[in-house]
Amino acid sequence: MIGGLFIYNHKGEVLISRVYRDDIGSRQAADSAVFSSSGPFPGERLGGSVRRNAVDAFRVNVIHARQQVRSPVTNIARTSFFHVKRSNIWLAAVTKQNVNAAMVFEFLYKMCDVMAAYFGKISEENIKNNFVLIYELLDEILDFGYPQNSETGALKTFITQQGIKSQTKEEQSQITSQVTGQIGWRREGIKYRRNELFLDVLESVNLLMSPQGQVLSAHVSGRVVMKSYLSGMPECKFGMNDKIVIEKQGKGTADETSKSGKQSIAIDDCTFHQCVRLSKFDSERSISFIPPDGEFELMRYRTTKDIILPFRVIPLVREVGRTKLEVKVVIKSNFKPSLLAQKIEVRIPTPLNTSGVQVICMKGKAKYKASENAIVWKIKRMAGMKESQISAEIELLPTNDKKKWARPPISMNFEVPFAPSGLKVRYLKVFEPKLNYSDHDVIKWVRYIGRSGIYETRC
Amino acid sequence: MTDSKYFTTNKKAEIFELKAELNNEKKEKRKEAVKKVIAVITVGKDVSSVFPDIVNCMQTDNLKLKKLVYLYLMNYAKSQPDMAIIAVNSFVKDCEDPNLLIQALAVRTMGCIWVDKITEYLSEPLLKCLEDEHPYVRKTAAVCVAKLHDINAQMVEDQGFLDYLWGLIADSNPMVVANAVAALSEISESHPNSNLLNLNTQNINKLRTALNKGQIFMLDCLSNYNPKNDRKAQSICERVTPQLSHANSAVVLSVVKVLMKFLELLPKDSDYYNMLLKKLAPPLVTLMSGESEVQYASLRNINLIVQKRPEILKQEIKVFFVKYNDPIYVKLEKLDIRIHLASQANIAQVLAELKEYATEVNVDFVRKAVWATGRCAIKVEQSAEHCVSTLLDLIKTKVNYVVQEVIAVIRDIFRKYSNKYESIIATLCENLDSLDEPDARSAMIWILLESFLEGFHDENTQEQLTLLTLVQQMLTLATQDSDNPDLRERGYTYWALLSADPVTAKEVVLSEKPLISQETELIEPTALEELICHIGSLASVYHKPSNAFVEGSHGIHRKHLPIHHGSTDAGDSPVGTTTATNLEQPQVIPSQGDLLGSLLNLDLSLPINVPQVSSMQMGAVDLLGGGLDSLVGQSFIPSSVPATFAPSPTPAVVRSGLNDLFELSTGIGMAPGGYVAPKAVWLPAVKAKGLEISGTFTHRQGVGWILESSLTGVIPSTPLAIHTPLMPNQSIDVSLSLNTLGGCEKQYRCLLLQLPQPTQCAFVEGGKMEHQVFLATWKNIPNENELQFQIKECHLNADTVSSELQNNNVYTIAKRNVEGRDILYQSLKLTNGIWILAELRVQPGNPNYTLSRKCRAPEVSQYIYQVHNSILKN
Repeated sequence: MIGGLFIYNHKGEVLISRVYRDDIGSRQAADSAVFSSSGPFPGERLGGSVRRNAVDAFRVNVIHARQQVRSPVTNIARTSFFHVKRSNIWLAAVTKQNVNAAMVFEFLYKMCDVMAAYFGKISEENIKNNFVLIYELLDEILDFGYPQNSETGALKTFITQQGIKSQTKEEQSQITSQVTGQIGWRREGIKYRRNELFLDVLESVNLLMSPQGQVLSAHVSGRVVMKSYLSGMPECKFGMNDKIVIEKQGKGTADETSKSGKQSIAIDDCTFHQCVRLSKFDSERSISFIPPDGEFELMRYRTTKDIILPFRVIPLVREVGRTKLEVKVVIKSNFKPSLLAQKIEVRIPTPLNTSGVQVICMKGKAKYKASENAIVWKIKRMAGMKESQISAEIELLPTNDKKKWARPPISMNFEVPFAPSGLKVRYLKVFEPKLNYSDHDVIKWVRYIGRSGIYETRC
Repeated sequence: MTDSKYFTTNKKAEIFELKAELNNEKKEKRKEAVKKVIAVITVGKDVSSVFPDIVNCMQTDNLKLKKLVYLYLMNYAKSQPDMAIIAVNSFVKDCEDPNLLIQALAVRTMGCIWVDKITEYLSEPLLKCLEDEHPYVRKTAAVCVAKLHDINAQMVEDQGFLDYLWGLIADSNPMVVANAVAALSEISESHPNSNLLNLNTQNINKLRTALNKGQIFMLDCLSNYNPKNDRKAQSICERVTPQLSHANSAVVLSVVKVLMKFLELLPKDSDYYNMLLKKLAPPLVTLMSGESEVQYASLRNINLIVQKRPEILKQEIKVFFVKYNDPIYVKLEKLDIRIHLASQANIAQVLAELKEYATEVNVDFVRKAVWATGRCAIKVEQSAEHCVSTLLDLIKTKVNYVVQEVIAVIRDIFRKYSNKYESIIATLCENLDSLDEPDARSAMIWILLESFLEGFHDENTQEQLTLLTLVQQMLTLATQDSDNPDLRERGYTYWALLSADPVTAKEVVLSEKPLISQETELIEPTALEELICHIGSLASVYHKPSNAFVEGSHGIHRKHLPIHHGSTDAGDSPVGTTTATNLEQPQVIPSQGDLLGSLLNLDLSLPINVPQVSSMQMGAVDLLGGGLDSLVGQSFIPSSVPATFAPSPTPAVVRSGLNDLFELSTGIGMAPGGYVAPKAVWLPAVKAKGLEISGTFTHRQGVGWILESSLTGVIPSTPLAIHTPLMPNQSIDVSLSLNTLGGCEKQYRCLLLQLPQPTQCAFVEGGKMEHQVFLATWKNIPNENELQFQIKECHLNADTVSSELQNNNVYTIAKRNVEGRDILYQSLKLTNGIWILAELRVQPGNPNYTLSRKCRAPEVSQYIYQVHNSILKN
């Protein structure tokens, strides 16, 4: 299990250090010999007797290492270091055992989420200002190296930045029962005058296209985010145009199948928030749950079939002699003319030895950004079934560098008001048998947003 | 006011100030002081001297302050156990605090204080807390049992804490259950042999019921269970598959582990089996949309899965497209997996991508892409043409490292398709000047010489003579001027081979080169099986067994995939009846280093005193066939035999080019009269699931081993040359030439331990000591290094004994007659230069001899004795 957790700034200074297991050498027992050796298992020959200074080993071997980080897991002197970087802060979990690697990373991510929920951006200043709080959190979410409940909602009820409010006995037992509860994500006795819920279908569409327009890989990874303001312990049921469900239902009436079959989508895989009853999904493919209060991510899914690619990028790069490049890029929007795409940005990479660029574009604004080695073309809005074009002349400095320019792909960013996967929410039913409101009284909102993920076209 | 100021305190008089502040009357001041102390600890300064003052702050109702104080105690209690005792009372009191948070905090902290004295006071409050009515306290107490076990295992067992833990597994609260399982599995791991965590059916049912809560530890724990039949395995699989949709990637990987393990147990043709295979793919693909660190961990696991069961992901090669902004470690892994998944159906796509990657910026990645292109040529025969032309295109880029890598992989392509692509040699030669890396250079030399040799007879005499002169010169250089023992050794071998027996030499040198196979980069099957059992864990990320990076007792015991028993509930079915499903396992030729590894592996199942098989008279056979090892296949070839000894239907080759040129598979003259130990069973049939390996070692004069340098390990230098699979009850005699290899003494000892037989082969000729030297050495070696043995039932007289031993390189230095007994003084030398002195007392009429030995390394004596014993018995 996790033996210790350290947080460093970019210089490698320790900001937080919490040791959970005796086998992780603490600072008092420093041993500098460990750091001199290199190789996959440096220091191995020192034998087990030497107490090593894990804190420093990581700094020397990873943070201060000259070459690129070759793996997020490093083994130094039989101690494994898992690290995650957030801006210039390093979070490192340390262990001497054969632990579940994905679990440790998941924990580190969760740790980042929790810290962000408490004090915003993870920065050196924020960590120093909240170090007592972080120690408190670390004490609660990790016990002897085993991850415990780290739902921010539950934690916030008893770990606060302001110090402890005096709690009554009932409050305490309510808090602890929420931390450990059967339904750890929701407390009892929530009341709203207006029962309301918001559903956001957020998709990111990823594409890799060859210069000739062949789709090399494309997939949509989507999330359904729900904000619920519901009283009591409501039982919810969520339905969408999942092909499997629709075909199952349509078995009786053949007409319906052919009608609705068109609009249904094939979901490759999906994962759910812990509140969803997985066994029920497995057997009936129905998504039922008691939601946490407030915002949470209900499900994630992935589709690869019949994706609506909102934009098509057609690149044309021509080398004119050794000192000039001509680039022409056409973008075409491929969705209903009534819809509007927003925040469109096309990034056309330029070679490192670019000396000057002239751009002409029909729509939006285009600029050459020398620091990013790219021409950035921005369009605020664009309706469906339209096309636009940019052409640029790139002057190059002559170099004797033999290496060819790697020609990174042209990438694109955008936002569209529909789900590129074709997913549609069919219903979200709410049942709360104990309180007197019914499904009809709940105000429901649904919104679809499709964003570009890694949307690239090679040139 | 911000807390960050505590990180920038001035150093002088700090401790003094702190002490003053800690004893301040005002609560607020004290709290600030404790905060300051914690900050100072974090920065890494020693503040152990304020311990008493901190303990004074312990009595407070302020939870925040209390937490900080406890944090301090955890840090320093170990260095100040006496002071820690003062804190005990406060702990015990807090354990009964009405505030649940304080109660749990106290339980949690107590276990973290690694002081023996405290644990005595711990047990009573802990027992109470395990039965507390609040789940929050119970879950904390459960983990505390594991902590306590870490400090004082005996106490945990004596006081029956384990029973409590088992009780908690049936708890109504999921968190409690999860922690109880975690604690139990941790405790059981530190006792590999005990059955503390005996996974009987009843307990498994408890676990299964708890499973709905989707906890990683339960899944990991469950994967250690071996169901008796496929019905049970299936019911567990059914139970865990829904969890594949869990949002937590660690849960998903743990489920995959359980399924991969239990798939072994399910009948291959059942619908359920096939459905399960289909269900496994989507979640694995979903793992690729996680953050890059989790992606990396997942990719390393997928790498194992595609090697074990390529069918699962064969349709999903698109997922492993390398993205422009993937971190380098993700890119390299994806490339690896793409090669594993490459097949005729998708090869065009794969190659187009690889060519794309070869123009990237990152040198490592480009090299790997080039290497992968070459791999494709070897793996998918139909694509070879395409690959070679791609590689030639890459040479034209003239980028130095690309060219070098291309040449290195082309060597391998030549090995696979000889006489097919000779036309490209000219292109390769154009780049001769730019080669400066050893790998590329040696590849180029190989390609050139090989092409010369092929056309040797067509050359004119002058060229032929030039080549021969070169050979002569090379041998001289290698044997006389080189400092590298390996090189010298190889040189001597060839030289001796040429001068001793030209006919054999010809056979050896001009023998058919085994073809290279595409499987050389796979993980060796036994290792793979073990790693599959560790999916999700660090072992699967490093692709190393856990004992390679974990110290102490944790997780050392090896795991194996279960064996399919058929659907009958046959608990008594003999191990030997495994089905032959593993026959199609690809044969893997491990690299040199792995050979040693697997040789050592083999010996895990070897008893030290192996039963001797009724000895066959081997002498004559040996002279012809040189047969030393023999494999007796009893019914089939199991995959669990380490690859070194597994017969390879597709002969393959150790990657280094020259190794196979001189495959020492034919017999070479042997020292006449040399003792050949009878074949011994190295691997009894029962342990190896049906394959029996027996064999013996002999010493071949002059050639077998050129005895040189401080050699220590013994490794086979060539794979076993068996060209047909073994039929049931058939036996084949095969010889395996062994190289002695430089290494550390530790390895040597293991080898002797594990293969008791080879020692007499390790005796060097010229182990005869000068009389005076012998005397001096005998005196010099301390008496505690002397070991006495009895050699029983030996009916030879002193002279025959001495000549018999002489034949085996044990030399008699002097002989004395004392009180009617002959005393022989003998010396011998091991290949690694260890001298062993012996005194043998022979009394006429008494068949029991006394053997005393002296050696600077007493560990080896025991084995030398066994050799001595067996020589004399024959």
